[in-house]
Amino acid sequence: MDKNRFFFQHYGVTERDLEQYLAAALSAGGDYADLYFEYLSSTSLMVDESMVKSASQGISAGCGVRVISGERTGYAYTDDLSSERILHAARTAALIASGPAKTPSIGFQERQARSLYPITLPSVDAEITAKVELVMRADAAARACDPRIKEVRASYLDELRNILVVGSDGTFAEDSQPLARLNVGCIAKTETNSARGSSGGGGRVALDFFFGEKTPEYFAKESARQAILQLDAREAPAGEMEVVLGPGWPGVLLHEAIGHGLEADFNRKKTSAFAGLIGKRVASDKCTIVDNGTMPWRRGSLNVDDEGNSTQETVLIEKGMLKGYLSDKLSARLMGMANTGNGRRESYEHIPMPRMTNTYMLAGEDDPGDIIRSVKRGVYAVNFGGGQVDITNGKFVFSASEAYLIEDGQVTAPIKGATLIGNGPDVLTHVSMVGNDLKLDEGVGTCGKDGQAVPVGVGIPTIKIDRLTVGGTAKKDVGGFMQ
Amino acid sequence: MSETQLETPTPAADLKDLAQDIVRSAMAGGATAAECIIREGDEFSTLVRLGQVETLKEAGSKAIGVRVFRGQRAASTYSSDFSREGLDRMLNSALELAKITSEDPFAGIPEPQQLGSLAGDLDLYYADVYSLPGEERIDYARRAEKAALDFDPRIQNSEGGSFDAATGYKVMANSHDFVGEYRRSYCSVAAVPIARTEDGAMQRDYWFSVARNLGRLESPEHVGQVAAQRTLRRLGARKVKTAHVPVVLDPMVANSILGHIFEGINGDSVYRGASFLAGKLGQKIAGDQVTIIDDGTMRGGFGTAPFDGEGIPTRRTVVIENGVLKSYLLNTYTAKKLGLQTTANASRGLAGTPGIGPGNYFLQAGTKTPPEIIAAIPDGLYITEFLGHGANLVTGDYSRGASGLWISGGELAYPVEEITVAGNLKEMFNNISEIGNDLEFRGSMACPTIRIDGLTVGGE
Repeated sequence: MDKNRFFFQHYGVTERDLEQYLAAALSAGGDYADLYFEYLSSTSLMVDESMVKSASQGISAGCGVRVISGERTGYAYTDDLSSERILHAARTAALIASGPAKTPSIGFQERQARSLYPITLPSVDAEITAKVELVMRADAAARACDPRIKEVRASYLDELRNILVVGSDGTFAEDSQPLARLNVGCIAKTETNSARGSSGGGGRVALDFFFGEKTPEYFAKESARQAILQLDAREAPAGEMEVVLGPGWPGVLLHEAIGHGLEADFNRKKTSAFAGLIGKRVASDKCTIVDNGTMPWRRGSLNVDDEGNSTQETVLIEKGMLKGYLSDKLSARLMGMANTGNGRRESYEHIPMPRMTNTYMLAGEDDPGDIIRSVKRGVYAVNFGGGQVDITNGKFVFSASEAYLIEDGQVTAPIKGATLIGNGPDVLTHVSMVGNDLKLDEGVGTCGKDGQAVPVGVGIPTIKIDRLTVGGTAKKDVGGFMQ
Repeated sequence: MSETQLETPTPAADLKDLAQDIVRSAMAGGATAAECIIREGDEFSTLVRLGQVETLKEAGSKAIGVRVFRGQRAASTYSSDFSREGLDRMLNSALELAKITSEDPFAGIPEPQQLGSLAGDLDLYYADVYSLPGEERIDYARRAEKAALDFDPRIQNSEGGSFDAATGYKVMANSHDFVGEYRRSYCSVAAVPIARTEDGAMQRDYWFSVARNLGRLESPEHVGQVAAQRTLRRLGARKVKTAHVPVVLDPMVANSILGHIFEGINGDSVYRGASFLAGKLGQKIAGDQVTIIDDGTMRGGFGTAPFDGEGIPTRRTVVIENGVLKSYLLNTYTAKKLGLQTTANASRGLAGTPGIGPGNYFLQAGTKTPPEIIAAIPDGLYITEFLGHGANLVTGDYSRGASGLWISGGELAYPVEEITVAGNLKEMFNNISEIGNDLEFRGSMACPTIRIDGLTVGGE
């Protein structure tokens, strides 16, 4: 064992200590125990009115101890990494079980870990002046786009999360997980109208990503473009209609409609509308959907999940048939299924659960132009805010922030933001065309579940959904979308 | 700090001293003004599912943050490391960081005469939330779930019953010699049952009770029964045709409309012109019956504190009176930007610039009962849940997913789902035409049942 050993070096943790903590965690029985050490450092900068108004840095460190006994989980954590406090947490978590002490397996086996984000200088350690340059450039570029851009707020956030996970089954995994994100928000104003735009991106990347691949000017222009476009947006139509989703971030559809419903915990408890549908058709045969935690540099990727397992590519839906769930250690064991490496948590204060990584639909064969041309009257939605799902009844929403009318096969006027609503287990059965232009999002997604936020990615090619409810305000007329 | 001190339940004096020490060190290190915040908390939670304990969680944590000024430049840092080295590093980083931020003529901490803390017992802290033996805590959760499961044979599954308790302690000090502290406690019991029809369609809903002490918590049985009723009434939900009808919002969802007004009159959105309510002081922006109050001083309130995030005593502010916008909600910075006085609504985490948060923020109750409001509607929608976040405060555009019950002939007729509700907040606020008498606090924001006219309900 050599490598990084962050907690060995900085906190004097030894393998013997770890064995002792695990023994304390299993002192009242229990089937399994693990420890999650975390050291998170972060930076945040915000420019508003062309001034750097806010700059902050922070450090939080701690250790969470989990004990599993059957279906029961005991959890305790401490933000003090001394032996006394960790042992106290371990004994507290141990109380979930009630039986004779168990002995953890002796000796840890370290996994051959991937290296999906090989960075020599993590951005948290990079010069702050370079980060200031990024937000100031974003501000200037957005204002330069158009005189109607009156307000700009640009922010930059980065973090480095060092983790160590050890388990009573011999699990030993370390990782050092960088994450960075640049965001630009604009408000455009005329004498009569106001509108907003927003753009951003990043990933598990070094600072040079924003000086090369995706510059502040790139995000600033996109944000300003959206705000200006929205100044002239018409009322959106209301009711069921044909909907074409553009490539990339509209993949949030998959995250809400399909992804959450396929997290194993909900299916183990039979609280998901997808429970019992494995092997059944839940989408048209043009749809193949995967969750893939192994994509280099991406926001939703991880070398190991927060239970120390390697992440993987998991096929959720293959040619329309439901293939599998996303699992963590607990659900894999209780459901007798493979562990897909999707056990994630927000921090050491949280119990891990099955979560998505990067979730996307594979490219199809249709030309995106043909897809648009096939629609007589409908909506073309290319950018979205967030979404939400009720996994029990399957109803989900996602909110379009940039969308257009399609009239006689042509993309015409921009429309105001509107919520799209559907039913997860059948929305994809109405997918009649899938484009050849798969794109992933820019790296802005954060998913919330049970009060825990984790970074995720989504992606989708252009697709056509024959029937989806659009939540606009315009009255629908036989002649089209009249106002 | 030594380990033995950490074991002591009330290290208050130590943390106040520490906060003041940090402020003094910041000033000695070159700051022209400084603030320090320390937070300490304990949490306990348990979830019981189908009668069995599923999770038990118990922990405590502590963190510290500092904000320093070098003239008109500000920066902040935070840490969970209370070792001497950890605190030194936090302070030095803040002092360094304050060299690279911009000179902002409006930046600064409040004036000395503004600072202070409300006197007297605000009824915010009860040690009893943590006093129950482990088994009894679990029993609260178990009883809530059991009451829901026993309520009706269509309820056979559940996401569980839960009991949570937490206590928090906060200290703040600044370089105008302000030092303040307060403790708050909280406990809650909840149930999330799942009901199923014969054809296999499932619905889930929830109910909860929350209080600052155990004695005021509603019985777990009551919580479980209400959760069951709320879940059962959703069974058999259908879509409806797209329509323009009056809608009635139950108090839980009406709260979100109150939240949009809060976003719109929050000084931060106002000075940036990021809200359609900016510049509307003294103008009519809501229905005649709409009066909204923000009051951080209410004894025992969920939004009560003796001082705000900048050390200014909290107060009562009339935000909207009979539909007329009377006051924005402000902190020191946004007040200076707008040439107004702060309303003591500064909120803050450990790092970053102070934001703006509500005290106890509520819409004053009307006189009609919810059934009376519904009875006046021949055809309409009673909303019990919103899905998604489709409100744009810049334009007022509003579009969200919804579910609830269809109103037919003045009565709740059948459940509906997979529909959208859309309109514009400018009109929606003005179209609040009825306000119920059922105001009840379940958090720092509270709203009675309200009726809004002129929305588009999107369906088939």
